[in-house]
Amino acid sequence: MGIVSPGFQGRRRTGGPALPPGQYLTDDFPVLSAGPTPKVPLDTWEFVLSTEAGAEFRWTWPELTGLPQETPTVDIHCVTRWSKLGTRWQGVSLDTLLDGVDTAARYALAHSYGGYTTNLPLDDLRGGRAWVVHTYEDGPLPAEHGGPARLLVPHLYFWKSAKWVHGIRLLVDDQPGFWETAGYHDYGDPWREQRYQGD
Amino acid sequence: MTEMSYLDGNMLDGPLRELFAVDLSAATGRCQSCGTVAPMAGLHVYSHAPGLVARCPTCTQVMLRLVRTPDRAWLDLRGATFLAVPMPLDGPVTR
Repeated sequence: MGIVSPGFQGRRRTGGPALPPGQYLTDDFPVLSAGPTPKVPLDTWEFVLSTEAGAEFRWTWPELTGLPQETPTVDIHCVTRWSKLGTRWQGVSLDTLLDGVDTAARYALAHSYGGYTTNLPLDDLRGGRAWVVHTYEDGPLPAEHGGPARLLVPHLYFWKSAKWVHGIRLLVDDQPGFWETAGYHDYGDPWREQRYQGD
Repeated sequence: MTEMSYLDGNMLDGPLRELFAVDLSAATGRCQSCGTVAPMAGLHVYSHAPGLVARCPTCTQVMLRLVRTPDRAWLDLRGATFLAVPMPLDGPVTR
């Protein structure tokens, strides 16, 4: 047995399964939505990061798109059982947005135009694993897929990748979001099939 | 751009019949957000989602959510101040 662990970064390893348990592959990009699609003009769009101490950091559209950009290609897994491999995005890493933010928070609550919310441990937004994305497959992110911008956290079920993201609140205590208060799992790791509370 | 479509509240009848013995599609509900009182059948129901999300036809706020997991149903009615369900008494009514 080798002494080098493959680590805990990416669970999809060479020779391993391409899909998490219980998922099927699709080439489409199904549109799921819990409400009407918000119309958010770019000249009034903003992203707000707020800390547990009440500090706020705001980015307008030109400011966000002026930050260093990354182009992740990732697999995405929806809790309704479809998975889509090799999706290409462009946006800003949460590491960039969180850089210099003084916080002792352990949790984050993403909130969206239209009222949607979802919670994540703050650690899951760090380490090159989460982005605010505005471009999908070389074009502006369509509104039905969360444009102008959405959160992208592909190592968790896709309901955690909040569409129409407006901001993130950093919290000392965990605060369940829209689906997490209605029976869905608090964390939502597709490789451990954490779909519902108790999984 | 494709706008997500919704169904009318009559589609809630089957899923809610699993939970309640009464026919809730004939009930009226009051929106906690805007105060509109409307038939449940008039709600806008978004079903292309991890659960059913029923919204007020006036203000679009969520009035009802229903999630079906393998072993239980989760019903959230916090967006509805009340549901008034037609339910006549069997005997004569004394006022």
